[in-house]
Amino acid sequence: MTTPPSANPVRVFLVDDHALFRAGVKAELADLADDRIAVVGEAGSVGEAVVRIASDQPDVVLLDVHMPDGGGRAVLEQTHARYPGVVFLALSVSDAAEDVIAVIRAGARGYVTKTISGRELADAVVRVAAGDAVFSPRLAGFVLDAFSDRHVPAGVSDPELDLLSPREREVLKLLARGYAYKEIAAQLFISIKTVETHVSSVLRKTQKSNRYELSRWASDRRLV
Amino acid sequence: MSVPAGPDPSSPAGRPGVEASDDRPTAPIPTVRAARPTTGSGDDPSIADPGRGQGSAAAPIVERTPDGVPKLTRRRDGALLGGVAGGLADHLRVPATWVRATFVFLALISGAGILAYALLWIFVPQTPRLPAGEKAEPTRTGRSERRQALGIAAVGAALFLAAVGLGLEHVLGWVLGPLGLAAVGAAFIWREADDARRRRWRRSAAGLVAPGGSSWWRILGGCVLVIGGLAVFALGQLDFLAVRSALIAVLLTLVGVAIITVPWWLRLVRDLGDERRERVRERERAEIAAHLHDSVLQTLALIQRQAGDAREVQRLARSQERQLRTWLYGPAGYASPSGAGPAGPTGTLAGALAEAAGAVEDTYAMSVTPVVVGDAPMDEHLAALVAAAREAMVNAAKHAGVQEISVYAEVEDDTASIFVRDRGAGFDPTAVDPDRRGLAESIHGRMNRHGGSASVRSNPGEGTEVELTMRIRSAVETEDDPAAASGPDGTVGAAGRPGPSPRREDAHR
Repeated sequence: MTTPPSANPVRVFLVDDHALFRAGVKAELADLADDRIAVVGEAGSVGEAVVRIASDQPDVVLLDVHMPDGGGRAVLEQTHARYPGVVFLALSVSDAAEDVIAVIRAGARGYVTKTISGRELADAVVRVAAGDAVFSPRLAGFVLDAFSDRHVPAGVSDPELDLLSPREREVLKLLARGYAYKEIAAQLFISIKTVETHVSSVLRKTQKSNRYELSRWASDRRLV
Repeated sequence: MSVPAGPDPSSPAGRPGVEASDDRPTAPIPTVRAARPTTGSGDDPSIADPGRGQGSAAAPIVERTPDGVPKLTRRRDGALLGGVAGGLADHLRVPATWVRATFVFLALISGAGILAYALLWIFVPQTPRLPAGEKAEPTRTGRSERRQALGIAAVGAALFLAAVGLGLEHVLGWVLGPLGLAAVGAAFIWREADDARRRRWRRSAAGLVAPGGSSWWRILGGCVLVIGGLAVFALGQLDFLAVRSALIAVLLTLVGVAIITVPWWLRLVRDLGDERRERVRERERAEIAAHLHDSVLQTLALIQRQAGDAREVQRLARSQERQLRTWLYGPAGYASPSGAGPAGPTGTLAGALAEAAGAVEDTYAMSVTPVVVGDAPMDEHLAALVAAAREAMVNAAKHAGVQEISVYAEVEDDTASIFVRDRGAGFDPTAVDPDRRGLAESIHGRMNRHGGSASVRSNPGEGTEVELTMRIRSAVETEDDPAAASGPDGTVGAAGRPGPSPRREDAHR
């Protein structure tokens, strides 16, 4: 799943209200001596992040979910539509389903928890920069969960968008079971590229889905 | 990362820490207390209970706005009438005499000053009183009361002279008689409400019904004066037009009642709101502090003492993280909308699996990450399924030689499956010695006895995956049985099983 190392490193921007955590992530990414990645800036608040992202135009934004003034979701809402070239990867200590689904629906390309190792984080950053989606097993589980109810009232939903195809479900299930993309490809007799396509389309459906159930699920938890 | 916000950050439960610095600076409290050693008397609640000292009525004597300007409050000391002019002078940082002169001048412009003064008296709160024994009060209160009485008398005399000057002598008779009496009564009540309310509201809501002995008499006296004065005034009119006068009497009584009660409900609402917010915030703070003390701090202390043992540190950190996570994000967790889930997590498959995973994590010092899609209420078959999954996790922990196990469970229609996967050493399933009871008995045997199935996929060097499948019999029954279906609450999966799930979600509200 690794993309060929490019001459231009991925320009990463950190958003987290804990300066110590930003410093830690920066140090860890630097320690990897990974020339695929360069940290180009950081911000400690929503307002600062919006301004700096607009001026810096990084490739990938590592986004904290819980911050004062609305958190990662607020940053996404204020920048995502205006700068489609900037990719967001949520990096949070929370793996509560509502946080995960909320930022994915707001446009984040992936979601990883802060216990992730530096090496995995670097891989995830490179992957989202290449247009892929990063799904942890837990995230795959949440998405499956959100889409699993088949009792959708007629007329409310767009079936084209709203339902996961059997293949996509299969891919997600294997992801949730802790398989790597390579192993999923081997298991399903498809190429890694195809696995990535399936995962990306799942992500797109999660973001675009107007599914009755998904919004109801969110409103039940007072997300919207 | 900050404190994980509840879905609605403006709710009092949402962000306990943020609103702590409301508008009451806490710093001056110690100085104020030190300066007034009269606080020994036991009947002041804010002293008897040290836990509520901060921010309650034992507030600092001068509250300040963020710019450092004293907050607009009516003076308690050195007030001639209601302390409005003095307070305004403090707020604007000009001599009180100027303010008073301005009010008098404005009063000459068709009484605008009087109206402004009255409105300010109603709406501006009085400077909070220092907690002091009631016995220490009388001299101070007596002096200020005398001063206020003089002030009111002066206003009365001025009005009288003004009336005479304007040629209104014929009205003066009944204005100064019954209406003057009523005015005195109203003044009584207003003063009482002004002064006693903080003390009283602070104690309890019961204080509203039973406001201490002397206040009772003053309030009662005030009421008698107001109503009596208005009644005499109304009766005095009976000679002319009985019907209209009766109407006037009723109206005026109502006006009197309104005058009596306005300051009370106004301040009651304000004080009770403040009080409740403060109490909720305090309780919240205490609860969080207690929980962090019991959990995170203890674990951190333990970690410091065992810093050399990496494995033990990891185990402690992991179990602490899991516990805190459950407390924050769990179904009955701090951040969940309800705050307390209807049933504990143990009643469902997800809960039981999380429990088993946690136990394996703790025992073998490794990380087990369960992902659950859908959920189902526990029964004996599912208990067997979880027990078998636990055995599979233990096997992986013991033999795979890895630090991480993935556990995935899903509930679909009437089937529950659990996958336990590691990326460890792996083995050849066909070459397992038949006397190894773990796999044969705890997993295969147990699953078969309950009508489920188990399969093990493993290759040396590629890790192992154990797949366990069990039919959910109760699910079929619960779909026809609404009472049973509304019982369990989905923990991870709100949209879990197709049948009962809408009902389950209704149970959320």
